[in-house]
Amino acid sequence: MAMLLAKRLVQSCLILLGVAAITFILLYALPADPARMLAGRSATAQTVENIRRELGLDQPLLTQFLHYLGNLVQGDLGRSYAQKTEVATLIMARLPATLTLMAAGIFVEVLFGLTFGIVAALNRGGAIDRIVMASAFVGVSAPQFVVALLLLYVFAATLGWFPMSGYGTLAHVVLPAMTLGILGAGWYARMARSAMIDVLNQDFIRTARAKGLSGRRVVLRHALPNAILPIVAMIGIDIGQFMGGVVVVEAVYGWPGIGQLAWQAIQQVDIPIIMGVTLTSAFAIIVGNLVADLIAPMIDPRIRSH
Amino acid sequence: MFNRWILTTTTAAVLAFSPLLAHAETPAQGGEIVVTYKDDITTLDPHIGYDWVNWSMIKSLFSRLMDYEPGTANLVPSLAESFEVAPDGLTYTFKLRKGVKFTNGREIVAGDVKYSIERAINPKTQGPGAGFFGAIKGFDDLTGGKSELLSGIETPDDQTVVFHLSRPDATFLHVMAINFASVVPKEAVEAAAGDFGKKPVGSGSLVLKDWTIGQKLVFERNPDYFVKDVPHVDKVTIEVGQEPLVALLRLQKGEVDIAGDGIPPAKFLEIKNSPEGAAMIVDGEQLHTGYITLNTKVKPFDDVKVRQAVNMAINKERITRLLNGRATAANQILPPLMPGYDKTFTGYAYDVEKAKALLAEAGHPDGFETVLYSTNTDPQPRIAQAIQQDLAAIGIKAEVRALAQGNVIAAGGTEGEAPMIWSGGMGWIADFPDPSNFYGPILGCSGAVAGGWNWPWYCNEAIDKRAGEADAMSDPAKAAERQAAWSKIFTDVMADAPWVPVINERRVVAKSLRMGGPDNIYIDPTRVINYDAIFVKP
Amino acid sequence: MRVLKELCRQPAAVFGLVIVLAVVFAAIAAPWLAPYEPDNQMFDGLTLEGAPIPPGEQFMLGTDTLGRDLLSRLLYGARTSLIIGLVANGIAVTIGLFVGVTAGYMRGWVGGLLMRFTDLMMAFPALLLAIVLAAILKPSLWIVAMVIALVNWVQVARIVYTETRGLVERDFIMAERALGAGNARIVLLHILPHLVPTAIVWGTLGIATTVLLEATLSFLGIGVQPPQPSWGNIIFESQSYFQAAPWLVFFPGAVILLTALAFNLVGDALRDILDPTQRGRG
Repeated sequence: MAMLLAKRLVQSCLILLGVAAITFILLYALPADPARMLAGRSATAQTVENIRRELGLDQPLLTQFLHYLGNLVQGDLGRSYAQKTEVATLIMARLPATLTLMAAGIFVEVLFGLTFGIVAALNRGGAIDRIVMASAFVGVSAPQFVVALLLLYVFAATLGWFPMSGYGTLAHVVLPAMTLGILGAGWYARMARSAMIDVLNQDFIRTARAKGLSGRRVVLRHALPNAILPIVAMIGIDIGQFMGGVVVVEAVYGWPGIGQLAWQAIQQVDIPIIMGVTLTSAFAIIVGNLVADLIAPMIDPRIRSH
Repeated sequence: MFNRWILTTTTAAVLAFSPLLAHAETPAQGGEIVVTYKDDITTLDPHIGYDWVNWSMIKSLFSRLMDYEPGTANLVPSLAESFEVAPDGLTYTFKLRKGVKFTNGREIVAGDVKYSIERAINPKTQGPGAGFFGAIKGFDDLTGGKSELLSGIETPDDQTVVFHLSRPDATFLHVMAINFASVVPKEAVEAAAGDFGKKPVGSGSLVLKDWTIGQKLVFERNPDYFVKDVPHVDKVTIEVGQEPLVALLRLQKGEVDIAGDGIPPAKFLEIKNSPEGAAMIVDGEQLHTGYITLNTKVKPFDDVKVRQAVNMAINKERITRLLNGRATAANQILPPLMPGYDKTFTGYAYDVEKAKALLAEAGHPDGFETVLYSTNTDPQPRIAQAIQQDLAAIGIKAEVRALAQGNVIAAGGTEGEAPMIWSGGMGWIADFPDPSNFYGPILGCSGAVAGGWNWPWYCNEAIDKRAGEADAMSDPAKAAERQAAWSKIFTDVMADAPWVPVINERRVVAKSLRMGGPDNIYIDPTRVINYDAIFVKP
Repeated sequence: MRVLKELCRQPAAVFGLVIVLAVVFAAIAAPWLAPYEPDNQMFDGLTLEGAPIPPGEQFMLGTDTLGRDLLSRLLYGARTSLIIGLVANGIAVTIGLFVGVTAGYMRGWVGGLLMRFTDLMMAFPALLLAIVLAAILKPSLWIVAMVIALVNWVQVARIVYTETRGLVERDFIMAERALGAGNARIVLLHILPHLVPTAIVWGTLGIATTVLLEATLSFLGIGVQPPQPSWGNIIFESQSYFQAAPWLVFFPGAVILLTALAFNLVGDALRDILDPTQRGRG
């Protein structure tokens, strides 16, 4: 187990390195010159040249990359071109907001997904099952930006139940978390349903039932834990999906997380920030996958789809 | 970048649309206000910050030798008590106001002014404003890395700063009033260790108290500010990450006092037509021209007839309608409020038949295919599509390429790359209210280089020479003559038609009903929002 | 045929199929169905103040912010969505099949390398990658399709890889090998046919994802170039009008949702029919 973990850790580091290399090359292929963007239009050619030199952009790509890696190993993500501040500082300042949003989003999808999935499974084939599964499908097919705008206008602008935007209280997190969670809730409801059905059909549950255990007890004590595991593994794999959703959701709700930081940086060709956010996201995704892999063996192989 | 561009808006010279209509209210002291923006504040370092959001804040955080009367483009001494210009226009002597202190408690001396200007120019600062100081002696040594000091600034005593210029510069006093000329304390810059933009120390009317990255900034009034009773408000909270639409809804609810990003078009009509709406909208003219560049180095735009034909083909009235009337049709390069604007000039009238005839004369009776670049933030792609339809009417098939700002700028500065560029979102707004600011980098020969901003790649040697002569007329007595010279230069450029001047966009800001003061301090020609002058009604 | 029959037995799948056919029909017949030219900015398509016209007699679904007929743009927008859906997803499934089969069949360093590369791609935040790619490559219909394909193939590759590994272990492949069959023969005749159901299922489900991703990119202003209508860029151009002109967000939002839903329903039903072991989610 320890060996396996060590091997996975080394692999993860290599993947992170690969992500860094590819992102670096992509960003330097951008047909825009950060020095000129920074210099503005009143700048002389000399000013632009000076800025380029100060940023180290006149160095060969490989030198720049090695330099970047050297700093990265020491935990230094470089300095933002436009904001002239440590990228690590900027990301750390915004990370709590993004993590809060993700946690709330995951909570929403697990809560709704599990509840609906179990309800559907217990009413298998019935009207409730059909309605729940149909809603789940609508959930996974809804474009996030449309959901975001819709929730915003219905629950914030029109009904006034929640604040329009901002950050800090529980009320602020509800709509963004709903937007982020609806997509996953649809998937999880389907997964939970099939996992539950599989479990309910298994011998030990039948035995439990035959022994006269109450329906609720069977579901809670025996079936539920088996239905939860694949979902937990799925969350790990879904972190990447989440990272994408975060960009859209943060933009619409004015959520002060790293998604907005990235979007602003892309507009400004602020390469160190784009690199930093990409690496942070990649790190989160890798950790998520690692967790999923560790959980996978615990999942009953009969339930595992593949 | 994005902001940098619009940012130039900052530099915006905006003249209030109807400043005289507002009653001369006496400003009340006190009150706390909330202002919102979508993007986070990039930096408050006065030698780096160059976007239209941080421009206003930097203005009020720091002071400079010169400043403008609130709401106008009239230069007045500020940190300087008085100044003298030598007859040859090559020496400027400023006397500093006594007893002015940085907010860290230290008194400002002449050496601080010298240090600050040197810092603005020093390549290590990576500031965008260095070029403005090009007329000061020793500039080339400093930018070229040969020296850390600027030989053209002398400080004979703690109250006196003398500037020696290498050539007369009629705009020099304006340069002393732009943000890049802000005075900063060396010890605070060094203490911040490269993070001065997040820990600014100045001597302006406001002090930065708190900055939560990605969320808000809190400014408080500087009790020791050298102008009595300025600023009027006690506290300004800037909330960032707020979509303009959301900000506006919050403003209507009374949660926000100024929606900094302006009013989205749809809301504009709704608010304008609502009973209390008029009082919430501040609608002012700014020194802005939106134009299409016609690349004189790309066929067939190398033919002046083709460029003139395109000038006649654009239905500018329709474009102003797309913007819900928040712009007026333009016929020349300078905006109406800029000194030198020619009221008698008519430009090229909209005339499809004449445009077709001219195109046929140039050998393109069936038109041609070309590419029109534009930035990709609303409403720019829409305006580009309107232009595209107008061009189609005279047979020109233009493919629209709506790209991120950086890509458009890169294409514009690459020889032979972009035949046409719609400047929206990057439109030239003056750094200071002087016509010369509309020529050099964007129409002069020096800008027609790789990486330059002269996107039509237009270079007329004769006009370049006249521009140089006009800029050397730094004697205030010759101001009228200089203005006339510039006026003629710009109308003569239009004969060559390197641009299609399309619109002069007005700036629209939304403020809550409790905010007082005339419109022109919310769309200040040199500050955008003038935090020194705004106040909360008692 | 069997598949189609079984599909028709499921009401949800039939519903999906009907919508898919409707979208395909709209895309093909757009020139005949559309009441106006989709790019025509009509003078009477805007109020004198420049606001779009609400749905009514002259314009069934109203006009957009440039005075163009929304219905016509939605119909032509179906073309954009379908072309991107088919092309992008087609490329994604092809790349996914190629990488998955190669990695699964060839052990050793080639397979290892390919799978490590897949892992690497998995670690990229997809939307962020798409945004950066779209900024580098000047956006056009085909480039957007390519960007989406480059982001979406990874998942297919993983699934195909797992399945191929499973197949390679099976007796009949072992037997073929023992009989001295060439690699090409084994892959073409014995492995690929077994992957057809997977390809069909993902070819359908993936279209839903693709349609959503295209809409998102266009919504962010980095998708299909104007004036070509795409459901996403219609919303992008009208976002600021949401409250004053809700039809400009509601109708395109609804067609995106319906289209994605339809492909999801059909794809899901196909999965149940073709490969009952693969319930839940890929």
